[in-house]
Parts: sequence; structure tokens; C-alpha cells
Amino acid sequence: MSRSKDRPGGGGLRGWGGVTGMAVACAVTAAVTLLPLAHHGGGTAGSGASGGVVTADRARAEACTEPEASLPASGADGPSVDRIKERGKLIAGVDQNSFRWGYRNPESGDLEGFDIDLVRAIAEDLLGDPDAVIFRAIPTNQRIAALENDRVDVVVRTMTINCKRLEQVSFSTAYFQAGQQVLAPKDSAITGYDSSLKGRRVCSAEGSTAYEALEEKSFGALYKDDFDGTERDPDLLTVPNQLDCLVRLQLGEVDAIVTDNALAAGQAAQDPAVELKGKAPFTTEFYGVATKKDADDLVARVNKVLVDYRAGGKDSPWMRSYEKWLATGLPGITAPPAPKYRTD
Amino acid sequence: MTHPPSGGSQTLRTPDPVSGHAGVPAQRRTTWAAQTRRLRDVATTEPGRLQIIGAVLALLVVAFGAVTTLEISQRASSADDVVSRSQPLSADAADIYRFLADADTTAASGFLAGAQEPEDVQEQYRKDIEEAARLLVKASGSTDSDSASSREIATLNKLLPVYTGLIERARANNRQGLPLGGAYLRYANQKMTGEMLPAAERLYAAETGRLESDSADARQWPLWSVGAGIVVLGALVWMQRRTYRRTNRVLNHGLLVATAAASVVVLWLAVGHVVARVELRSAMVHGQASLDVLNDARISSLKARANENLTLVARGAVLTPDGSADQYEADYSTGMKSLKAQLTKAGRLADDESGSAPVARAADGVAQWQVRHREARATDDRGDYDGALKQIIGTEESTGQSFQQVDAALEKALAHEQGEFTAAAKDGRGALRGLPTGAAALAVLGAVAVIVGVNRRLSEYR
Repeated sequence: MSRSKDRPGGGGLRGWGGVTGMAVACAVTAAVTLLPLAHHGGGTAGSGASGGVVTADRARAEACTEPEASLPASGADGPSVDRIKERGKLIAGVDQNSFRWGYRNPESGDLEGFDIDLVRAIAEDLLGDPDAVIFRAIPTNQRIAALENDRVDVVVRTMTINCKRLEQVSFSTAYFQAGQQVLAPKDSAITGYDSSLKGRRVCSAEGSTAYEALEEKSFGALYKDDFDGTERDPDLLTVPNQLDCLVRLQLGEVDAIVTDNALAAGQAAQDPAVELKGKAPFTTEFYGVATKKDADDLVARVNKVLVDYRAGGKDSPWMRSYEKWLATGLPGITAPPAPKYRTD
Repeated sequence: MTHPPSGGSQTLRTPDPVSGHAGVPAQRRTTWAAQTRRLRDVATTEPGRLQIIGAVLALLVVAFGAVTTLEISQRASSADDVVSRSQPLSADAADIYRFLADADTTAASGFLAGAQEPEDVQEQYRKDIEEAARLLVKASGSTDSDSASSREIATLNKLLPVYTGLIERARANNRQGLPLGGAYLRYANQKMTGEMLPAAERLYAAETGRLESDSADARQWPLWSVGAGIVVLGALVWMQRRTYRRTNRVLNHGLLVATAAASVVVLWLAVGHVVARVELRSAMVHGQASLDVLNDARISSLKARANENLTLVARGAVLTPDGSADQYEADYSTGMKSLKAQLTKAGRLADDESGSAPVARAADGVAQWQVRHREARATDDRGDYDGALKQIIGTEESTGQSFQQVDAALEKALAHEQGEFTAAAKDGRGALRGLPTGAAALAVLGAVAVIVGVNRRLSEYR
């Protein structure tokens, strides 16, 4: 690079000297620009993920020991909260296909579910009106991008708190404890997240925790499509939305689904022929309300809302919402998860 | 003069070596040599020459007639294929394509309307599927079983029940208020746009290709006939010059009649085929080219409408591969872009007021559609789903109304261009009508006239 700069600077150098200089410049430029490309060509999903893992590992080693610990609750205003108040509406990224969590009831045309109740509680606290909400249905792999691009203020969309995501967004305290579990037909030989998955076709949502779990350990299951992430992606084993997995399962195109047990319960509620496999989830995960990274005032405010939301024992808004939406598909929960706060 | 004419004609009547040598192969060589010698002897006398020339001329005229009849029959049958076979098949393939796209669009509209689909929407979906199935059966009946078209028809026949099955599942789930319905509908759409419509498009392309090749066959210059005509006319003129030189007689009626007959055939051939060419070309250039673009435009508008509906069904559940935008919204934009380009092209191709008026109306509809679509998207982005729904499938000032206007205008434009095509192609086919039979009859007449004319000359040697 420096050679190419020197040569024309020399002024008098023409002819072969100039040509050589140009050639060197071209070669250097090509090497610099093409190398990362060649590296990237190895796999769009793979290379991105590996880069993320390295930094995530470092972050985990440095700070992230307890991802579900969040900022202390506070009712104080800040730039993020002010923006919402000025607008007069809370913009919430939600799902509309997760039965009992966030879904649009075709009968009424309204969004409803456990997540939606929580969004309304946040809106009521911030703006004094539970209906002062603009709901934006966002797909699983857009949850972070939607926050980063300011398309939404909060994401309340069965979003698992983890260290990797904490590098990109901020989370409230946990509002639900869930875990990955395998969903399969009742008479299937699959017994859970174990060797019974060997050779079976397993469906998960693109970019989901379930997919990452399978990438880490798949027990010989088939879980990747050819041409994933390209135009020719057949959307068979990895699909845009976890509910698409149930479509593939009912059509016999996949043998099992890996997803949050909370979402799996919603799927089982739509299809009595499938059930959750294995005694318990093979991971422990916490759902949190996600905000744009470092929107600390909003996180603290949401944590305050959650304090009120959990309070009241059997009659707390949390328990009432649970009884209304989740108790049938996911029975046995007696209380919300206890909040954890950061001590630093 | 020295040879009796009957002897000469006898020689002429036995040029067939088989009759003279059957059973005597050993003597074949000597007999053949003897025959040639005798023929040469005959050819040295004037009556002998006359007989040979007369026979050759008559043969030439008959051959000309035969070549013309054969060649023009081929052209005429190609022209007939254009009108009564390949163009209807191409139009049917376009209809299959359109009915399938319309079924997908209609299914999404009905789904958005709620658990109870409106009756007319249900009826339209049913009709779309029925018509597509009927036309597929019809198309497969007139297709060779190992052709490309046949493979596409097989693909479509295989996928159609899969598609309707997915739609029924979507409906059943939607009716129960289960979000699974939307997922089924999106999967059905994926099957339709990813597998079925491309197959239908390929079928249409194959059928249209066949139409183009039939039309090109019909328009091919009948070079053999024209060449034969020139040879025959030249030979007849030469013969008449020869007669004139030897007898100083200007007219030989037989040869004159033969020349007239051959000239009529050549003229008829030239004029008939030129007219047929012009008309068939005009059918392709003015009719089929417009039909192609308009069919494409109609499919684009149907796909854009389906994507617009699915944006509301999916609400961001499906993204472009790079994750930056809603897949259905992106597909809608692409569809509208090609629709506009196709309408511009159709407007250029339309060659009269009744052709360009509906295209202009469709373009107006598209402009209005885009304005309304932007408003509906803004409403949806504000979070007012019900408002956006009304702006998209409502009965007043909705994008649905704009789409209907575009579709109706395109249907009208298609009907007009189809009429243009059929009229021109029928004229082209008509220009060749009677030519094969006429050429054959005139050739026979000409050959007889040649023989009569030459015999008249021969009788002068008796």
C-alpha cells in the first residue's frame, strides 16, 4: 500500500515503474478486500456465529456470570422513557403466532396472551393507559434488529435472556422461567433431547435458542436445511417462525420440534396429538423484556412495573394472567420467578 | 419424317428398364445399351425430340403442381395449427397460470376476512381451482406424453391437491381461532409461488414457444414451389420460342394454356402466401406480443395482491434472507415494479384506441393502488391493524378495489388483443385456403394442355 502511494508521489516515474507500482497496488488492494470475503464465503450463518461466540466467551469470562440479573427497579424518567411519553404510545415488538403468549385471535382480530398482558401493564404504568400501545409483530430473528433500528421500544416476545444477547440489547428482570424441550407426536419413539433424536428430522426457528442448542449438540439429528439463509432455503427444518414447525410436523415433513416449553405448550394446545417429551426442559431460561442496549432508564422502569406485576401472591396480575393463558398448557406454576438485580 | 411416329412413341413408352429385362438379367447390359441407342436414334429426329420434350414438359408441370400442393398444404396446416390448436393451448396455459395465481390471492383475502369467509370469495376460490383442474386435463389431452409441457402438467397435477389440502387446513384452523391457520396459509402460498406458479409459467412458455414455431413454419417461404414455378415457366417459354423458330407460328394453344395455368399458380402462390405471411406476422406482432405482456402483467398484479394480503397475514413472520425487510412487502414491491414496466410495454404495443384505453385504465388503477397501499402500510405501522385491514380488503377505497380495477382493465385488454390475434391469424389461414387444391387442378390442366399442344405439332409429321 505504501509503495503505491510513494510511486505517484515520486512524480517522474512513468512507464514500467508506474505499471509495476499499479500492479502492486492492485494486488495489495485485492488481497486486503478479497481475503475477508473469501473467509466470509465459508458460510453466512457459521462465520457470523463463530465471531459472536469468541466475543461472547470473552464477555462471559469478564462480566456475564448471571445474565438474568438486571438493573434495580426505578420509577425515574430518562431519555428513553421521555421519548415514549412524548409520543404518547409505547411501541412493543410482539409475536402474533404464539398461542397463549402473543397471538392475533382471528375471531376478534385482537392480539392477546401472556406477553400482551405484560405490555399493557407497562403501557399503563408509563402512559396511564393500557391501550396506548402500538403492537408490531416481529419475527424471531428480528427481535434484536428491531430494537437496534428503533423500530420498537421494547420486545416482549418470549425472548430468552442470555449473555450473547446482552451484548446487543438490555433486559429487564426475568418475568418467566422456561426451558428448551422437545415436542413430538404422542406415539413417537422420540423420548426427549437425547439419542432418540438420532437420524430424525428436527425443526427449529431460524436464529432461535433451540437452533443454537441443536448446533451445540444435535444427537445426530437432522436440523439444517440445504441453502439456509439464501433464496433457495426450502424452510423445512429451520423455519421463520416456531409455529411453522408444527405445520411441518403435522404434514409429516419433520419428526420433532425443539422450542421453549412455553411455546411448545402453546403448540400442543393447538394440536392434541403432540406432547412435550422428556421429564423437564433440558435448559433453564428466563424470559425478559428487551430494550435497546443501555436504555437504562427504561429497563429500570420496566423492572419497577414487574415488581408491581408480581406482587399480590395468588391475586397478583402475574398469577391472574398465568391462570388465564398458560395454566392449561403449562400447569403447576405457583409463583413468578424471583427477580435478580445486578450488584455492580 | 423417316420414322413413323407410332414407333417413336413406342420407344418412349418403354423407358422403364424393368419391363424390358425382367427375367433376363444376363442380357441386361446389352439390352440397356440397345435401349439407350434406340432413344438416341429417336432423339435425332424432330418428332422424336418433340415427344421427349412434350413428356418432360408435362412431367415438369405436374411436378410443379405436386410440389406446390405439398408445400402449401404444410404451410396451411401450420397456419391452421396456429389458429385452432397452438394459440388456444397457449391461451389455456395462460389461464391455468392465472387461475392458480388468483386462487392463491383469493385464499389469502378470504383468510383475512376472518373465521367466516365471505361467500363470494369462497365461490371464486372454488371456481379458480375447478377451472385450473379442468384446463390441466384439457392441456394434457393435447400434449405428447414425453414433452416438456407434459412434465409441467404432471407437476401441477401433483401439487394442486397438495395446495388445496394446505388451504383447507388453514381454513379449519382459522375457523377455530388457532394461529396455526396463518402458518398453513403461508406454507400454501410458499408452495404456490415457489413451485406451482413457476411450473405454470414454464408450461405457458412451452405452449407459446410451440405457437411461435407453428407460426414461423406457416410463414416460411415456399421456395421449392417458387423455384419449380420459375423452372416450368422458363421451360414453357423456351418451348414456345423453339416452336416459333421452327414453324414461324406464333401461337400453340396447348402450350399457351399450360403457360397461363402455370402463371396463375405462381401468382396465386405468391400473393396468397405473402398475404398469409403478413397476416400471421401481424397476429404475432400485434396480437400475441401484446397477449404475452398483458398475461405477464395480470400475473404480476395477482402476485402483488397475494403478497399484499400475506403481509397482513404474516405480519413480519417472514423476512428477506438478509433479514432487513418483510419478505411479503418486498415481494409486493418487486411485483408492482414489474407490473408497471409491463403496462408501459403493453401501452407501447397497443396499436389502437380500444387496445390502449384499458391498458391506460389499468395503469391508473396501479397508481391509485400504490397510493392506497402506502397509506395502509402507514396505518399498519402505526399499530392500527384493523384500520389497515379495512384499507386493504374493505369494500370502499381499499387497495382491493384498485386491484379489481386493474384486473378488470387487463381482462378487457386481453380480450381485445385475443380478438386481434384470432382475426389476423384467421385471415392468414384463409389466404392459403384453396391454394393446394387449385394448384393441383391447374397443374393437371397444364400438363394436359402441354400434351395436347405437342400432339398437335406431332400430327403435322404424319
